[in-house]
Amino acid sequence: MTGFVLRRVVSALVVMLAVTAIAFVMFNYLGDPVVAILGLDASEAQRRAVEAQLGLDQPLVVRFFTYLGNVLQGEFGLSYRLGRPVLEVLAERLPATVELATAGMLLALVVGIPAGIVAAIRQGSASTRLLMGASLFGISVPTFFVGIVLIWIFNVTLSMLPSFGRGEIVTLGWWTTGFLTQSGLAALVLPAVTIAIFQVAMIMRLVRAEMLEVMRSDYILFARARGLPEWRIHFRHAFANTLIPVVTVISLQMGSLVAFAVITESVFQWPGLGLLFLQSVGAADVPMMSAYLILIAALFVSINLIVDLLYFAIDPRLRARVAG
Amino acid sequence: MSQTPAPQSVAAKTEKTPVQGRLRALAARPLVGALRRDWTALAAFCVLVLLLAMAALPSVFAPYEVFDLRQISLMDAFRPPAWLEGGSWSYPLGTDDQGRDILSAMIYGMRVSVTVGLGGVALAVVIGVTVGLIAGFTGGIIDSFLMRVADVQLTFPAILIAVMIDGVSRVILGDGARAEAAVFVLIIAVGLSGWVEYARAVRGAAMVERGRDYVSAARLSGVGTLGIMLRHILPNVLTAVMVIGTIHLGVAILIEATLSFVGLGIPPTQPSLGTLIRVGNNYLLSGEWWIAIMPGIALLILVLAINLLGDFLRDAMNPRLL
Repeated sequence: MTGFVLRRVVSALVVMLAVTAIAFVMFNYLGDPVVAILGLDASEAQRRAVEAQLGLDQPLVVRFFTYLGNVLQGEFGLSYRLGRPVLEVLAERLPATVELATAGMLLALVVGIPAGIVAAIRQGSASTRLLMGASLFGISVPTFFVGIVLIWIFNVTLSMLPSFGRGEIVTLGWWTTGFLTQSGLAALVLPAVTIAIFQVAMIMRLVRAEMLEVMRSDYILFARARGLPEWRIHFRHAFANTLIPVVTVISLQMGSLVAFAVITESVFQWPGLGLLFLQSVGAADVPMMSAYLILIAALFVSINLIVDLLYFAIDPRLRARVAG
Repeated sequence: MSQTPAPQSVAAKTEKTPVQGRLRALAARPLVGALRRDWTALAAFCVLVLLLAMAALPSVFAPYEVFDLRQISLMDAFRPPAWLEGGSWSYPLGTDDQGRDILSAMIYGMRVSVTVGLGGVALAVVIGVTVGLIAGFTGGIIDSFLMRVADVQLTFPAILIAVMIDGVSRVILGDGARAEAAVFVLIIAVGLSGWVEYARAVRGAAMVERGRDYVSAARLSGVGTLGIMLRHILPNVLTAVMVIGTIHLGVAILIEATLSFVGLGIPPTQPSLGTLIRVGNNYLLSGEWWIAIMPGIALLILVLAINLLGDFLRDAMNPRLL
């Protein structure tokens, strides 16, 4: 048990170290930080001074460990584009993305899980075929195109919902929220639906596939033989047993939500981390890009680690195999 | 280093016929038969062939040479599709802000999208198959290292990797040179973000095959490692590579379109479908919806057809390979 946990944690740390090394190389060798700060027509003395200030005159190994130390303290340098500390800018943008991703995921769960259950129980019916067709569409349609079509229908044609920004936001300490105002909630609707479309389709297909698998097993047959009511079989026996794989995949999917957030934020000019990422890449803002590389890696590695450990805690077979 | 080219070229020459024969046998009976029975897949196949023909020969299918500056007539700007008031059948899907025919722009745009998609898939196949063969065949520490890299990359969504690669290209090339090399940059971004699936499948097959008797026999008769890889292992993984490649093509085209839409892909001078949607998006709020929606529908049909065909191939071929 401890061995397994330890191995997983160590391998997660190795991955983080490797990604930090890539970020370090980007940070130091892509473009010229001195030129980025001083401009092209700086004197040699000025260049020297900035080099010394940034520690660029130190040996490589020293610089890597300085970089690592800085990263651990949340110091990612100054953004070339904005001239402000990277972490400060990131913290400012974080709430918008967290609120968007949360709303999108909740929506996806609330719609996707029941739709999947219905599609599994009523196999072969017209409504199921409609649901499955819709889900194939949901998986194929590009996220940004969903956003555009929603804007066209609900903003341009029907004038019902706003098409960009977060609406009116309320500041709570360092957090800003759009959940408390009417315009904030209205602004959230279209982006949340956009980010949820793919997830709904994915969760629905997953729940259906797992349910069908479980419904074929002997204990469902036995539950029927005992004369239990159908709804009880479906929920207490079948659905409960699909939860482990479903929870696993959905947790892993939380990471990919970041990718969908990037695109959705770009369509709706949503002032979150994703839009900032695209703006930074477009402006070749190297400190910002290396910070993103590390943060995204940290997010994915920790999600994977948590899911692995959870799986280990939930599934007794895994524990037995490791022990034996 | 000086020795490698010779055996490779010999191997490539000798393997040609059996591989082609294999491919033909594979494409012959069961697949075509299955395609005839599956109406959705057949329709998807026909649509895809038509779209690919348009992409290959845009000047035959497109009514106008849209990127020829002499053909631009600003008088005809913002015309709606033909079936709406103010539209005309000389521009069936309407015109954009500069009076260019949307249908023609879409056909030329599809050419760029398909080029990047196919190029990216080809690059991913080359990298993935090479890594997979080396990892599966040599095993040991090289294998664990390569697969560790693959695992790490697999945890990140391909689109984020592609965005990062695009960002790096911007820093290295500068904006002007990057815009000119955009198609190549995107092919590299798609290829580098998508090789892992191939590597895993090929590695699995290579590990199984390397223990087989015929491989030992080939080794005994003096065939080198490279020869065994290319001549004996590679043909066994082609089916899997084909299936993964079809599914990957849809993903690759979507990655290109998404990058172009957010402004990090193909510049508007030689637009892809994604670029056209990006440009059209500027006119969406003022009511000229067709400039963005029409290329979007084309992209959707293209990707849907590829996905349907990919699903069909996966089911029709041996699913055990995946």
